[in-house]
Order: sequence, then C-alpha cells, then structure tokens
Amino acid sequence: MELRSRSEENLQVVAVLDDRIDAAVAIEFKDAMRASTEGGSDTVVLDLSQVKFIDSSGLGAIVASMKHMGASRKLALAGLTPTVEKVFRLTRMDSVFSVFSTLDGALEELKA
Amino acid sequence: MKDCAMSLVSKLPVFQISIHSGGMAVREALKRLMDGLKPLSLDVEEAGTVELVMAEALNNIVEHAYPEGDPHGPISITCSHARDGLHMTVVDNGRAMPDGQTPLGTPAQTDVALNDMPEGGFGWFLIKDLAKDVTYDRINAENHLKLRLAVAIG
Repeated sequence: MELRSRSEENLQVVAVLDDRIDAAVAIEFKDAMRASTEGGSDTVVLDLSQVKFIDSSGLGAIVASMKHMGASRKLALAGLTPTVEKVFRLTRMDSVFSVFSTLDGALEELKA
Repeated sequence: MKDCAMSLVSKLPVFQISIHSGGMAVREALKRLMDGLKPLSLDVEEAGTVELVMAEALNNIVEHAYPEGDPHGPISITCSHARDGLHMTVVDNGRAMPDGQTPLGTPAQTDVALNDMPEGGFGWFLIKDLAKDVTYDRINAENHLKLRLAVAIG
C-alpha cells in the first residue's frame, strides 16, 4: 500500500497510489495512514482519485484512520471515483466525512 | 432451437471460476470475473455494482466460512446471464452461516460519536441493498449463496 504525503499551507494531502483499498490491504492501509498522519496538520485531505475500487474492509480502514486522528482533527476525502463514491453514499458514510469531488475543490474550500 | 434462442438473449456463455480461499484469492476471483464479463460491456456503474457485491460475498467466505485457524478450501462462482440480469451462485464447503441464514444487513449507524463509528458490518448491507433474490442454503456440507444482479438487462 503506497501513500504519498505532502503539505499545502495549513493542511496535509495524502494521496493513495494503489488502485484498490480492499480486504487484502485494509490493515496495511490503516498502518500507513497512521504513520503518515501522526503529528501532522489538523486537516488531512485523503486524495482517492487513483482508487478505482473500495470494499467494506477498505471503508472500515478509512473510518479507523479518522478515529485514530481524533475528534480535534479532520479527515476530508477528495476525488472519489464512481464505485468509491457509491460505497460511501450507500453506507451513508458520505455524511460523516467532508467529501469533495476533486482535490482542487477540496484545497480551495479547506485552505480558506 | 432452444439453444439458438438463448444465444440471442446473451452474448455471454455460462462460466465458472474456482479459487482456493486465502489472502489474495478474492482479488484473483474478481479479476477473472470482471474479465469474463467483458463481452457484456457493462458501464462503470454496473461493473462497480457487480464487483462490489461479489467482493463482499467472497470476503465473507474467506473471513467466516474458512476463518483463520481452519484449513483453506475451495470457492466456486458460477455466473450466467439472463434477461433479468446476472445470476451468481457461490459455493464453498467451509463453516455454515450462523443460524442457517444470511445476516439481516441492516445499515450501520452513522449519527454516533466519533469513537463509536462503525468500522465493519457494511458488507451484508451492501449485498442486500445492491443484489436481488439473495438466497442461502446449506446443502451436503456446502454453503450455496445465490443472488441476482440487475445489470445488462434486456
């Protein structure tokens, strides 16, 4: 599971470079997110634009990452592809996260 | 003549995928399944529905029918295309479903405190939400899960 992290002003952008977050890599993803967001900005944008598929284990791993960051920090999701968007919408998890259709949209909104 | 009529209904012959349960087995099965469905030219929405439902069904088997500590075992998927969509039959010979039936698949609660946010339990909800005619039978020490995906209709 490959993540790439960078800082943009007051926030951190973590891009998922793999095209799947599924049961095979859910634990690895959770660990990588934990390492990547530890001590970082209060707001983290998870760039999912490369991710074509997510299953319920992957969804659970993203929820776990948000919980690990704690209530004082924010995890926003950006660049959801159609199947990823479907999973968040059907499970109503799109109401739990700030969801942005594009990374640029997320940055514009969250930097302000 | 009957065979001829059938071929007008579907471009897709019935096909079967057999795998052995284990860490990467579900990915492999899904790849072969989606490759097998290419003649139907499903759009991204339909393909996503098929892959998601089958991922959840197969993950459940790997996790619960052949749990860690039990020996791995076979899983077979049979896929046929009809006027009302794709009919999937998934068979394994692992542990039976508790109570002899599939979980209800109720939606997870999302209006809860951060620490109570659910990290699992979405799988059966997604299957029941997206698939039709879901049935489960335990036959001769095998689990038979059948479902229909209302894609590539008509």
